[in-house]
Amino acid sequence: MCNSHDHSHDHTHDHVSIVENIMSQNDQLAAHNRKLLDKAGVFGINIMASPGAGKTSVILKTIEALSDRYKIAVIEGDTAPVTIDADKIIAKGVPAVQINTGGNCHLDAHMTLHGMDELELDELDLLIIENVGNLVCPAGVALGTHANVVIASVPEGDDKPYKYPNIYRGIDVILLNKTDLMPYIDFKMDYFLQGLEMLNPGLESFALSAKSGEGIAAWTAWLEERIHEHQHRHHREHTHTH
Amino acid sequence: MHELAVTESILNITTRFARQENATRVTDVYLVIGDLSSIIDDSVQFYWDFITKDTVCEKSLLHFRRIPARAKCNNCGHEFQLKELMPCPQCDSARFKIIEGEEFYVDSIKITKEETTHVQ
Repeated sequence: MCNSHDHSHDHTHDHVSIVENIMSQNDQLAAHNRKLLDKAGVFGINIMASPGAGKTSVILKTIEALSDRYKIAVIEGDTAPVTIDADKIIAKGVPAVQINTGGNCHLDAHMTLHGMDELELDELDLLIIENVGNLVCPAGVALGTHANVVIASVPEGDDKPYKYPNIYRGIDVILLNKTDLMPYIDFKMDYFLQGLEMLNPGLESFALSAKSGEGIAAWTAWLEERIHEHQHRHHREHTHTH
Repeated sequence: MHELAVTESILNITTRFARQENATRVTDVYLVIGDLSSIIDDSVQFYWDFITKDTVCEKSLLHFRRIPARAKCNNCGHEFQLKELMPCPQCDSARFKIIEGEEFYVDSIKITKEETTHVQ
């Protein structure tokens, strides 16, 4: 490199050790988001799934089950400026913020913070973040939420844990949606669950159908318990009616 | 795939360290990436060449050290390479811990510094 110079000045070549995680900046911001949520006594969940697994339908059912007792808001991650999902949420009387990722394949902590900025966190009990429909990219991108949720669905097939292993690791709960289609699809539950067991031993799982409503109550009971635990831990004074 | 976002993070980290060291150029960037990460090296290099234009990292080379995924069985303690998701090849237990393959960091950089002692 130096032979083109006349060495009128000296070059030194150094090998500098760094050892810094590539996601460190995102992780720091995620920790910041978490603090904001904790301070406001809000329990946050990050919902990940492939497109069409039924994220929005499950969110709507969750809102129906819990909105009489809890103040809920939703952040919608979309790759295009379409408000189809956000409109459905708002129609339920729940505030929804849409984040257009501009083609980006997942939400990150920075985009999440922008979404949170538009909400009155102090008024909320539960923040639901609907990530971009994608089984690859959202994996390992922390948003600062307290629980990471994957929604799988019966028609996607029982081999998803084997094909997209990363998304199932480090999540707290999995919902298997569209169980009403089970009679029409060759879905081997044992095979599906064994894949999950290898990736995430003891993972909490709920089989449900957003269409029929079957199994929704068990999921929302689990979620309600988490909200309570969280509020207890952060000694929240409830100022709004339940 | 989110290689662009990943590549931007690598540039942020690298530039910050280069500045701390008063580097005039970064010539090499060494990355350690576990096989469980879903990024594609060629795509990262492609974006890297593009986004480092007019930065201290321009024309630097990315070096990828890939770490194969390895697991240790919770039941029998056997360590095995995880090429695909499968139970322990020794005892068939589905409970194992991943011990390698999740690495995802900037390990080091090679930089050039120019001392300001000009020879007239």
